[in-house]
Amino acid sequence: MRSFTLQLPNWTPHRPGQHYDLRLTAADGYSVQRSYSIASGPEREGEIEITVERVADGEISPFLHDVAVIGDRIEVRGPIGGYFVWQAALGGPLLLVAGGSGIVPLMAMIRHRAATSPRPATRLLYSSRTPEDIIYADELRELAARGDGLEVLHTLTRSQPAGWTGYARRIDDAMLAEARPVGGAPLVYICGPTPLVEGAANGLVRIGVPAQRIRTERFGPSGK
Amino acid sequence: MDETTQDERTLDANAVAGMLEEVFGADMTVADSKCGGCGREAEVGTLLAYTNAPGVVVRCPTCSTVMLRMVETPRGTLIEAKGLAYIRITR
Repeated sequence: MRSFTLQLPNWTPHRPGQHYDLRLTAADGYSVQRSYSIASGPEREGEIEITVERVADGEISPFLHDVAVIGDRIEVRGPIGGYFVWQAALGGPLLLVAGGSGIVPLMAMIRHRAATSPRPATRLLYSSRTPEDIIYADELRELAARGDGLEVLHTLTRSQPAGWTGYARRIDDAMLAEARPVGGAPLVYICGPTPLVEGAANGLVRIGVPAQRIRTERFGPSGK
Repeated sequence: MDETTQDERTLDANAVAGMLEEVFGADMTVADSKCGGCGREAEVGTLLAYTNAPGVVVRCPTCSTVMLRMVETPRGTLIEAKGLAYIRITR
């Protein structure tokens, strides 16, 4: 996992949750395109940050990780998508559920929330395999420590460090019921691999969250 | 949310939003759609997308009807939509 900052000559502010398409074209005209969620908030003018997992047999992520150097130019299209988005005007309370790299578009929402006022009560339930797999761990800890209504709940499904007090299992209905923020039906954004997204969405409906308050985004093995 | 069987290759139509926007000239993830198979009406962003093929297949999450197929060919972009009852692009 690595984050990259792209400076955009024709920058327009995005809505947190949106993505950009990146396109690489070889000298012979062969072209490949992938979608990457924006990790930064729209408050960062003129640039966006994307967080990209290196996929061994991928076509774009190895280029970004191994070949690209600062100053390289990359063709992009965006911001794209108006369905899986949250802006401060939509209010809360917010429940964000992330699995693995599904945290990326939710991080844009969390960063946007931190830059606005008033801030809706927000819970992040974040499932990772091991402590090393937690992306943005330090920043999430700092943001939660501000005590402004953001709570971060981690579950580690494969291995936990000594003295771990968080969850240590896959997301289930009991965990969702505990993570559900108090105060009205939450606005829910779920992003991660399909089984996690389906499981969390169906579980939330079972515990009484209205389906129309739930938005989902499935992450494929190569990003979006 | 609809109960349905999916695998790890299943994505949302959000993942093909860029291609849809290029074809239709608008953000289609918030456009309303109706499935030609079961009549489910919902935003395009709730539909399922399959991209592990030369083209893109968009299916209904309730009944799995193929609602849209798109493929870029040397002669142009081919769109087949016989499983789609309608699409309403929000103004």
